[in-house]
Amino acid sequence: MSDIEYKVIVGLEIHVQLCTQSKMFCGCALSFGEQANSRVCPVCLGMPGVLPVMNKQAVEYAVLAGLALNCKIAEFTKWDRKSYYYPDLPKNYQISQYDLPLASNGYIEIPIEDGQAKRIGIIRAHLEEDAGKNLHATGNFSQVDLNRTGTPLLEIVTEPDMNSAAEVRLLAVELQRMVRYLGVSEADMQKGHMRFEPNVNLVVTKDGREYKTPIVEIKNLNSFRALERSVDFEIQRQLDDFLETGRVMESGNKSTRGWDDERQITVLQREKEEAHDYRYFPDPDLVPVEIKGDWLKEIESKLCELPLKKQLRYVTEYGLSDYDAGVLTAERSTAEFFEQVVAEGGDPKRACNIITQDLMKAANEKGCSVAELGVSFKGVAELCKMVERGDVSATASTTIAEIMVTKGGDPEQIAREHNLTQTSDAGELEAVVDQVIAENPKAVEDVTSGGKKSKKARGFLLGQVMQKTKGQANPRIVSEILKRKLD
Amino acid sequence: MQELTAKQLRNKIAAGHVSGVDATTEIFNRIEKFEPAVGAYISTFKQKALEDAKAVDEKIAKGEALGQLAGVPVAVKDNMCTTFGATTCGSKILQNFHSPYNATAVRKLLDADAVIIGKTNMDEFAMGSSTETSGLRKTVNPWDTSRVPGGSSGGSAAAMAAKMCFAALGSDTGGSIRQPASFCSVVGLKPTYGRVSRFGLVAYGSSLDQIGPVTNNVEDAALMMNVISGYDKRDSTSVNETVAPVCDYLEKLNESIKPLKISIVPTFNAGADEQVQKALNEALKVYEGLGAELIEIEMPHIDYAIAAYYVIATAEASSNLARYDGVHYGHRTENPKDYIDVYSQSREEGFGKEVKRRIMLGTYALSSGYYDAYYLKALKVRNLIRQDFSRAFEQCDCVIMPVSPTTAFKIGEKISDPLQMYLSDIYTIAANLAGIPAVSIPCGFDNENLPIGLQILTPPFTEDKLLRIARMYESQKDWNIKKPPIVDSK
Repeated sequence: MSDIEYKVIVGLEIHVQLCTQSKMFCGCALSFGEQANSRVCPVCLGMPGVLPVMNKQAVEYAVLAGLALNCKIAEFTKWDRKSYYYPDLPKNYQISQYDLPLASNGYIEIPIEDGQAKRIGIIRAHLEEDAGKNLHATGNFSQVDLNRTGTPLLEIVTEPDMNSAAEVRLLAVELQRMVRYLGVSEADMQKGHMRFEPNVNLVVTKDGREYKTPIVEIKNLNSFRALERSVDFEIQRQLDDFLETGRVMESGNKSTRGWDDERQITVLQREKEEAHDYRYFPDPDLVPVEIKGDWLKEIESKLCELPLKKQLRYVTEYGLSDYDAGVLTAERSTAEFFEQVVAEGGDPKRACNIITQDLMKAANEKGCSVAELGVSFKGVAELCKMVERGDVSATASTTIAEIMVTKGGDPEQIAREHNLTQTSDAGELEAVVDQVIAENPKAVEDVTSGGKKSKKARGFLLGQVMQKTKGQANPRIVSEILKRKLD
Repeated sequence: MQELTAKQLRNKIAAGHVSGVDATTEIFNRIEKFEPAVGAYISTFKQKALEDAKAVDEKIAKGEALGQLAGVPVAVKDNMCTTFGATTCGSKILQNFHSPYNATAVRKLLDADAVIIGKTNMDEFAMGSSTETSGLRKTVNPWDTSRVPGGSSGGSAAAMAAKMCFAALGSDTGGSIRQPASFCSVVGLKPTYGRVSRFGLVAYGSSLDQIGPVTNNVEDAALMMNVISGYDKRDSTSVNETVAPVCDYLEKLNESIKPLKISIVPTFNAGADEQVQKALNEALKVYEGLGAELIEIEMPHIDYAIAAYYVIATAEASSNLARYDGVHYGHRTENPKDYIDVYSQSREEGFGKEVKRRIMLGTYALSSGYYDAYYLKALKVRNLIRQDFSRAFEQCDCVIMPVSPTTAFKIGEKISDPLQMYLSDIYTIAANLAGIPAVSIPCGFDNENLPIGLQILTPPFTEDKLLRIARMYESQKDWNIKKPPIVDSK
């Protein structure tokens, strides 16, 4: 046992639902949770005689995602029919892309430790229409809900470049953040907007020889947690299986396992990969798509700085911690709000504190994003400057931010109205300090004696000054004066 | 009234000389009289048609603007979706299927104030050349009731020949408008692929299918083309009018094309029956008499047209017909064992022999390992045939050839020999593969008094020219005046 090592190999097949106004090939609105079969028309129902019409917005979203994934965008692409019979597929073929995917040969970077990034290869990304849902109620029949039928999906296939469950999760989170940034998907896993199917196997080194375990595809994953745990489970299961049976990868022994979230295990669904013949051929109802020239340029112009790049830049450019940079860049609008505050002269670290602590707390309570709080970036920049100048304390800044959220208004005015400004005028404060020293000889003695009580006494004197100034003294300056007078 | 053309009828109705209701009533009288013998219709809508005709009459009474087909009783092939009646495609699997929407071509007829009187019989899913594969009805040729009307638009051609409508729509995937038109001595036009919207036409071979008119004469074909042509945003393969503008096909219809250069392919035409060749040559002499120049050409790839067609059309059909599975609509088997059984038994019971044969052929052609050898190769042949035509059109205005190698054959004669049946499409298929417009016009009768058709083909989107060339011949030889015996005797 001691001379066994193994390497984890994971590739992902990902389906991302694009948040277009209407379905891929008809005018029906996208839906989630509506009454079954209420968002359908003759086209997505596959009625006799209907014809699909391509949704241009879906193509633009897919190209945008392809560009963000550093893919080569196909100048000429087309639609193919993929044939298989299933009740949730009314035409019994899916309109997809076979040999000329819209995007190919790209990569996505995922953040690994210490602000480092790892590249995961993207083999291809193509557009297709989603199927409906079979509903298996009780009784000897099943029902079909076709609301989802025809929803535009971007299918992304990665290289098997991930080497741990943690990396799989990081990729999923990064991809979610990316597509949300681009505004091409809501990317809500619970709603099935993003579906991940990991292909997992191990390269086991035993007695100096390498063995590859059979590939397993995992399905039914509807959270990042399930994704990570299922891969971890599968790693252990495959290792155990290999040690017990010595089974290795052969042609045709790829299997499919479903994740059972309750039992936290994968369960065998399909033993052998079926020899599917999808009989792909170009869809004669649709014309090929040429993505080039002005159209491509127009799509390219919608590309923004991607979240990971932003995050790394915040660390190097603004000296923020990787954690804070991650929090700020989780949502595009928040990151943009932050950048506006900084551009307006707000100190990056101060701005980060106000946004990640005060504003995000309020946003979470309201169930909206920071940018939607109604607080202006100019106001926040001003607040940053006030704290930096010492006009208000950090504590007061939280109060001011709260009022800016609840009642609105200019931070300086709020500070004045609520007596939240602090005095940093050394001359003015010196007089108060002198008075306090005169009134509290015992405490002064404790400080000067330098014993155990010194620190406490110093705090007491500071407190007295704050009390006399009704909390408006700048504590940093008071401390300095005290230090000068007593040490 | 039955002697009137559709255009004449429309003008008489518009002028108030004939009422729309009278025209429709007259047509239903004729349907009552001849339909039992002919069997052209799968369904008729007498009550609705009379209401629609009445609405036209009311429009006239109010002096409202009238459509180009105001009050004209029109028949529609039963593979075009209508919100009224069933849309069966001549198949048991769709026998009770009611469409929730109208095909664009149907909507355009209605917008032009046409009165749709019924849906005509056809080969099941348009797969056939005799209307014998219909799973619902038998249609005979009004010129000889022991013979087929041709197919797949046999119902439309027979209804037109027996004057049980004033005009009809058919669809043509490999000759399905032109061949029955020639068998029944009517005019049938297959427009350029993309000229008429396919939205609502139940697909057979999507890259070949095209809706077109079946009429008594060339002028009515032009009139129908005026109504049904044009870009449709619901059909991505319909051609944008900025690329190929739709024109008024009636405007210059009677102006001859001068000079007129006609290409013929003697080696190819030699495959037709002697009497068909004779009629063709006489028709060419008519054109020569009008000053046309004949050019003999070769079309090196046209011999492969049938092979390419039966791969492409069946491949597309195998996919297009996959949706008829008993799950969502149409025939469903009664006691399926499981869901696979719902598919296999529903399809087993719902589809006829020829449809199953073509689905299997197409499935095979698209299968992994065979795709390159069949489908891809067929597409290459298709391109070569397209090139044959574009090369021909560099030096001529049109190509003229027979429509069918024979006149109407006997019912039952070819139905058990699919290959013989397929070969009857030899002259019509090339136009579908090349996507070009082609028309069949009557050009005489054989010595059994069976009609013979003349086929004219022109470059893409030149239906105006095509109709004018056809009209040149028709103005010299009006075979339309002759009536089929079944109509004449009663």
